[in-house]
Amino acid sequence: MYFDSFSEFLNMGGHGLYVWLAYGLSAVLIVINVVLPVMHKRQLIKEQARKQRREQQSS
Amino acid sequence: MWKTFVAWFHRMGSPKWFYDITGRWIPWFAVASALLLIAGTVWALAFAPEDYQQGNSFRIIYIHVPAAILAQSIFFLMAMAGAVGLIWKMKVADMVAKSCAPIGASMTFIALFTGAVWGKPTWGAWWVWDARLTAMLILLFLYFGVIALQSAFDSKQSGARASAILSLVGVVNIPIIKYSVEWWNTLHQPATFTLTEKPAMPAEMWVPLLVMVIGFYCFFGTILMMRTRNEILEREKRTHWVQGLLSKK
Repeated sequence: MYFDSFSEFLNMGGHGLYVWLAYGLSAVLIVINVVLPVMHKRQLIKEQARKQRREQQSS
Repeated sequence: MWKTFVAWFHRMGSPKWFYDITGRWIPWFAVASALLLIAGTVWALAFAPEDYQQGNSFRIIYIHVPAAILAQSIFFLMAMAGAVGLIWKMKVADMVAKSCAPIGASMTFIALFTGAVWGKPTWGAWWVWDARLTAMLILLFLYFGVIALQSAFDSKQSGARASAILSLVGVVNIPIIKYSVEWWNTLHQPATFTLTEKPAMPAEMWVPLLVMVIGFYCFFGTILMMRTRNEILEREKRTHWVQGLLSKK
């Protein structure tokens, strides 16, 4: 561990705001990149199920 | 050798084969990227030493550099996939190119944003109209252009063709980004990693950076496969194998 205490770790020698802002926004974008295709796939499966139900009713 | 390559190329062109093989690869890529990114971030934030000039703001390098490298690699891959789609009319290549664009745009945005946040304590300004920064901003707009073109046409084929041409033209920007720090007087520092020379920083600084770069590449691979598989499901939804696959769930 490079820092002596947790508050020093958060403070980053006075650069805390910059470091945590950069890491924070990147983490958010990484999570969005994961969530979008997962949700898209769920939606595709749901649509297909609805379509099949409709086809079964009409036949 | 050539024959096996051609056989592989043809099989890659089959959406079903691509879907099956990437389904087996994704878990490995996902686990590798999670492990590398978590280990790399902890290492970068808590264990790497601070820079003697820049202090702890230097830790931003561990996301700034991987995101910037990836932003350019993704653009290059997108243009190559677009070219394959244009020349051989390969549907899977078009879908790969389409899936590249939003990931590349977000990586470019991460590189620009972390660069601005790093620039403030280091240069005293969030933004300067420096050659490297301007070329990266153009890359972001190129990504937006490609994304807009993909959905600007009624037929998916015309959208793929138009965006492939834009990305092929836009590839000119990649060497400009790379050499901008050498061709113009700039504030931006030169490359951290080169293939031919040893890094100018001690190992305890560049090893975590290497871990993050590999982690970012694995992450991109994972998301690219997930997105391309969704494209396949959507475009091939009338085929038997996709209907069988979706009704099972």
